[in-house]
Amino acid sequence: MSTPTNESLDVFVKGLWRENPVFVMLLGMCPVLAVTNSVINALAMGLATLFVLVMSSALVSLLRNVIPKQVRIATYIVIIATFVTVVDYSIQAISLEVYLALGAFIQLIVVNCIILGRAEAFASKNGIGKSILDALGMGIGFTFALLCLGGVRELLGNGSLLDINILGPHFEPWSVMILPPGGFFVLGAWLLLFSWLKERSERRKTEKEASHVG
Amino acid sequence: MSDDSLGFIFLNACIINNFVLSSFLGICPFLGVSGKYETASRMGFAVMFVMLVSSVCAYFINTLLVQLDMEYLRLICYIAVIASSVQLVEMVMKKYSPALFRSLGIFLPLITTNCAILGLALFQTAKGYNFLECVVYALGAGSGFTLALVIMSGLREQLSLHDVPSIAKGAGLTLMVAGILSLAFMGFAGLGS
Repeated sequence: MSTPTNESLDVFVKGLWRENPVFVMLLGMCPVLAVTNSVINALAMGLATLFVLVMSSALVSLLRNVIPKQVRIATYIVIIATFVTVVDYSIQAISLEVYLALGAFIQLIVVNCIILGRAEAFASKNGIGKSILDALGMGIGFTFALLCLGGVRELLGNGSLLDINILGPHFEPWSVMILPPGGFFVLGAWLLLFSWLKERSERRKTEKEASHVG
Repeated sequence: MSDDSLGFIFLNACIINNFVLSSFLGICPFLGVSGKYETASRMGFAVMFVMLVSSVCAYFINTLLVQLDMEYLRLICYIAVIASSVQLVEMVMKKYSPALFRSLGIFLPLITTNCAILGLALFQTAKGYNFLECVVYALGAGSGFTLALVIMSGLREQLSLHDVPSIAKGAGLTLMVAGILSLAFMGFAGLGS
């Protein structure tokens, strides 16, 4: 039996882990790989995507009964593009350094499949409160995944985290980690780790069941 | 205006700064449809075609927006242009070449959310290319995308015949292979500089 609070909690939590957009659903891979060469870039990208995701989910959910079915995708894209333009100019005003580091990838949030995917799969069918919760969960899950990658890549590629040197002066940086191939390797390694953990827990479960039966 | 020669623009977009392996654009189709050689090459050519059309449209739209002093509308205009040019390509193909249309199937509408295409339009604006350079840049980026997709599909077809550890089946292994491929393309980095 699930109470309403439990249900909305579930809507929020599923984006964090069980349906994590990056590690489980493999959506929105381009920014995940491109901008995670340092923690600060990853954080900025994650927050920008979170903002666009929440705002466009809210608006799509409010307008879901007004938008004609045939032109809904085009309408969603225009809504998303509007918020991305807002974010684009805001980041430029807040920190030019981050803006230059992220480059075209802020504008490319428009074509991030997570946002259009949530608009189509969730916000267009649910009320505004639930849609915002869902968007928050997905956005935080996305930011978390970006930080996982950014942390590993900055630590190994530069010996630092958030520009603070951690591994000491004698550490020889693996410069491949901040170059493009590093993105593929680190994400691949995370996925391998997760599937290893999943397989191990499943094996334990079956062993437990077998010993119970035995 | 840039002073690169046309040949260098082509090589740059195709190999040195390969859209998929160095700039991380269009990763979704790269991971999604690179399982089979046939579909990969078809997808590559469809993307190349849409790139060419939308690059030309984006060039004219940018000229218009700059004249009207409304550059803040650039992103919205570009995405609208790309969506409609995909639609246009779909309609034209359906009318004149139903066989090709059927063989591309679902891939055509999916191209709209391919970030390589919007990325191409944004990059060519940022670099200030003129009309001819835009066309060459689009051709180079399209062939680079096709090249990456075809190489990857060849590798994956081979891999599917081999016995890999069960945890590595699926995306993890594909990403590792893509990383090695990207490492290989890094070798071109010094070219032309």
